[in-house]
Amino acid sequence: MSYITKPVARHPGQRKNSLGLTARDYEGGMSTLCAGCGHDSITAALVQAFFELEVQPHRVAKLSGIGCSSKTPAYFLSASHGLNSVHGRMPSIATGANAACSDLTYVGVSGDGDSLSIGLGQFAHALRRNLNMLYIIENNGVYGLTKGQFSASADVGSKSKRGIPNQFEPIDPVLTAIALGGSFVARSFSGDKHQLVPLIKAGMAHKGFALLDVISPCVTFNDHDGSTKSYKYTRDNFAEVNKADFVPHAQEITVKYDQGSLQPVTLHDGSRVFLRKVTEEYDPTDRSSASAYIQRHQQKGEVVTGLLYMNSDAPDMHATNNTVSQALRDHEYSDLCPGPDALKALQQGYR
Amino acid sequence: MKPTDTSNPDYYHKVVDCQWACPAHTNVPEYIRLIANGQFSDAYMLNRKSNVFPAILGRVCDRPCEPACRRRRVDEKPVAICRLKRVAADHRDDITDRLPVAPEQKNGKKIACIGAGCASLTVANDLAPLGYEVVIYEALDKSGGLMRTNIPAFRLPAEVLDEEINYILDMGIDLRLNSPVNSMQELLDEGYDAVFVGSGAPKGKELNLPGREDTDRIHIGIEWLESVAFEHIDSIGEKVLIIGVGNTAMDCCRTSLRLGGKDVKVMARKPRGFFKASDWELEDAEEEHVEIVINHSPKEFVIEDGKLVGMLFDEMEYDINDQGRITDSRVIGEKFFPCDDVILAIGQENAFPWIERDLGIEFDQWDVPVVDAATFQSTREGVFFGGDSAFGPKNIIWAVEHGHQASISIHNHCQGQALTERLPRSMNLNSTKMGIHEWSYSNDYNPAGRRQMQHVDLSERFKKINIEVELGFSLEQVVTEVERCMNCDVQTVFFDKLCIECDACIDICPVDCLTITHSGSEEELRQRLSAPAENPEQDLFVSGDLPQTGRVMIKDEDVCVHCGLCAERCPTGAWDMQQFKINIPYAKDHQ
Repeated sequence: MSYITKPVARHPGQRKNSLGLTARDYEGGMSTLCAGCGHDSITAALVQAFFELEVQPHRVAKLSGIGCSSKTPAYFLSASHGLNSVHGRMPSIATGANAACSDLTYVGVSGDGDSLSIGLGQFAHALRRNLNMLYIIENNGVYGLTKGQFSASADVGSKSKRGIPNQFEPIDPVLTAIALGGSFVARSFSGDKHQLVPLIKAGMAHKGFALLDVISPCVTFNDHDGSTKSYKYTRDNFAEVNKADFVPHAQEITVKYDQGSLQPVTLHDGSRVFLRKVTEEYDPTDRSSASAYIQRHQQKGEVVTGLLYMNSDAPDMHATNNTVSQALRDHEYSDLCPGPDALKALQQGYR
Repeated sequence: MKPTDTSNPDYYHKVVDCQWACPAHTNVPEYIRLIANGQFSDAYMLNRKSNVFPAILGRVCDRPCEPACRRRRVDEKPVAICRLKRVAADHRDDITDRLPVAPEQKNGKKIACIGAGCASLTVANDLAPLGYEVVIYEALDKSGGLMRTNIPAFRLPAEVLDEEINYILDMGIDLRLNSPVNSMQELLDEGYDAVFVGSGAPKGKELNLPGREDTDRIHIGIEWLESVAFEHIDSIGEKVLIIGVGNTAMDCCRTSLRLGGKDVKVMARKPRGFFKASDWELEDAEEEHVEIVINHSPKEFVIEDGKLVGMLFDEMEYDINDQGRITDSRVIGEKFFPCDDVILAIGQENAFPWIERDLGIEFDQWDVPVVDAATFQSTREGVFFGGDSAFGPKNIIWAVEHGHQASISIHNHCQGQALTERLPRSMNLNSTKMGIHEWSYSNDYNPAGRRQMQHVDLSERFKKINIEVELGFSLEQVVTEVERCMNCDVQTVFFDKLCIECDACIDICPVDCLTITHSGSEEELRQRLSAPAENPEQDLFVSGDLPQTGRVMIKDEDVCVHCGLCAERCPTGAWDMQQFKINIPYAKDHQ
C-alpha cells in the first residue's frame, strides 16, 4: 500500500473527451491491493473504457460484494454512485437499483469467491433475469483476502503456493453463464488491455446481462509455477477466438476490415461490435457449439478468450416484466404510491 | 530502437535536467534535499565543489538550470533553484575549516592568471591546493572582475563578493592589484610554467551614428557600470535612454534610477521574445517602472547647441512566421525621444591589444584567439584561455566551468601529461528503498506553485545605490520550494528480467510515461506510447526483451515526476528508485 496519493501532475498532452474530462477524471482513490494485482489493471481498463465512451460519471452506479475484487469500485469513478453489499449479494442490490433507476449504467465487480461460492445463487438468477448490467468477475482462482485457499474456479491439478494440487472440479463462469441463458458472455485477461477495453465497452452498451470473466492473477498467492491462473500460464495458453472492436452509436467506421473474417453485431443502442475472427470455426451466436468449443479447448489447458457468446435480442428484465419505460425515480410520488383507496380497489380486484 | 545503454553516465545525467544544463553540473537535487534537511552548510559545500561561488551565483547566476527544470514541463514554473542556492549560502555556518587548503610544501610550479575574475579565481581555487603557486594580475584596484564592476551592488553586495573571493585568496594566492599586463611577451619571459588568460570581454560595443562624437553624454554600458562601481560616477540626467535589451541593459537602467534618473527607457529594436535579457531581469526592471520600448531602431543622436537633446529612431515593423522567426522587416516611421543621457548596452567583445601577435598565439579572422574547446589551450603550449576571454561573453557559471577544465589542462601540462588524458565521468547508483513503500527521498508530489521572491519596497530601495533588492526566501518559502523539486536524480531503474508484465506501473503512472509494447523505430514509437512523446530533446528509455512476451518496456523521460509509484506498485522489484550521482573529475582527481 502506497503512503502517498497519486500526484496531481498530469501529462500536458493528455486528451480530453467531449465532456471535457481526461482519463484521470475517471479515476478513484489509491488502490490498497497488493502491488501487481491484476484487479488494478482491470480498474485501469475500466477507467479507459469510461473515458473513451464519454460516460458522465454521475450516470453510473458501481456495485460490489466482498473480497479483494469488491474493493475495486473504490478505485475508479470517484464521482459515481456506488454500493458495497453483503458478500455475494451484489446481484440483488443491483436488481433493486436497476428496477428503480433503469436509466443508469450498472457495473458490478465481483470475484470468483463472491460470485461462484457464496453468491452463486444470486449470480445465476441475475443471469436468468438478464438484468441490464456489466458484471465483471475478477477471477484469480484463490481467496486472496483469506490468504490463498483455492476458490471454486481453481482448475483441477492447479497447485497452491505450497505445492498442493486442487482436487475439486471448477465452476467455469463462462460455461455457467452460457448454460443459464446469459446474453453476453466474454472472457479476457487483465494483462491484455487491447482485448479487455473493447469488451468492457461492448458489455456496457449491451442491453442485458453482460458477463465478463477476467483472468486476474493474484500476484501474492497464485502467480507461481503450477498455477493455472498465473500471468505466465495465462499468456502461454491464451487462446483468443475473436478480436472485438467496439464502435459507439453514430460514430463513423474508419477502420477497414477484411469482410470475409468480419462479424458485425449491432447492439440495442445502435452501437456496433465488430468481431474479427481469430479462430475460423468459432461462432459466438451459436450457444451449443460455443459451449462445446470452450469445453473442448479448456480440457487441453487453453484459456479461451474473446466475445464467446452473444444474443443481442434477448429481452432484459424490464422488457420481460413489461415495466414502464421511464425510471421509477422520475415518477411523481402520487403515481408510485396512489394511496389507500387505490390499494383497496386493487385488493378488491383479487377477491 | 535498441535497448538503452544506461551504463553510459550521460543517459541518467541527462534525466537530471538542471544538472545537465548547468555548465558546471552542480548537483541541484542533492543540494535541495540537504536544504530541506536543514543542512545548509553541507548544501553550500556541495555547491562550492562545482560552482565555487554559491552565494554570488545564488543571486546573479544566469540560471540555465531553471529553463531546463522538468517542473516547468508539468507545472509551468521551474523550481527556484537559484534562490535556493542563496538560501544555502545565507544560512550556512562558518565553513572556513571545510575549505580546501594549500599545502605547506609547494610543487615548484608557478602559474600566472591574468584578470582577477571568476575564471582566474576558479583556476586558483583548483590549483593552489595541489601545491601550485598562483599569481593573479589585476588591472584594477579590486578583485572580482566583471562580477564587481558590471553587476550593481543592489543585486550583489560587495561583502558577499569579498567573502567568497577571500576563501580562495586566503590559500596564499599572490594577487597583484593595479597590475595590468601590458605585454604577454614580458609575462612569458618571467618564466611561469603556465599562463591562464581570464581577462574577460572588457570592450563594450560602439554605436557609430551621426552625433556620436559630438557629446560626452553617451556612455558605453559596461564602462559606465564600472565607473559607478568605483564611485567615479554618482549621477545621471533625469531622462535616460538605454540602447539594447540584454542583461547589461537591465543593470544600466536600474542603476540609472538610483543615480537620479526619473524617466528611464530601454529601447529595443525588436519585439518581446527577441530580447536577450533573462525574463526575471526584465521583470525586476519593469517592477521599478522602467519602460521598455519595442520596435525602435536607433538612427541618430540629436545634438543642439553642442548638447545631447535626444535620439531619433526608426519605427520598425516585423513579419514573424509560425516558428517565431522574423522573415521580413520594414521602417514605418520615425520618432524622436528626448533625453539627457544615452547608455549603450548592445554587447561586448574581448580585446587583446596586449598580446603580441608573434608569440605563436593564433587569432582568427575576428581577432579572437584560437582556443581548444576541451582543453582551453591556445595554439601556444602552456598558454590557456577561459571565461569570456576564450569564446566571448557568456556568464559567470560558464567561466567557472572553463576554469575547472583549464585547471585540469594546466595540471597535466605541468606534470608532463597529455592535455587530452582526462579522467572520464563516472556514476554511482544507489537504491533509495527504505521499506516496502518508503524511500530515502520525499517522493510525494507537492502541487504548490513557485514561491515569489520578496523585494525591498520601491520607496526604500532607491535611497542608496547598494541596498540589496532581493530579501531572500523566508522559512515558509524555503519549506515549500524545496518540496517542489521532483528529485530527478532519483532514477527509475528497470530490470527487464524481473518484469512479469502485470501493467501495474503503467496503470499507476500519473503522467503516462510508461508503455509495454513491441519495439519499433523511435519516430514511430513516439507516436504510439501511452501518451505521445512529443519532446524530442527528452530520451526514450527502451528495455531489453521482457521474459513473458518479448515486448519491451518504454519510458518517455519527458514529464516523469519521479514519484516512485511505478516502483511501489511493482510486485517483483523490476523498477527501483536509485539515486544517481555523477562524478565530475577536477584537477585534484588527476594526481
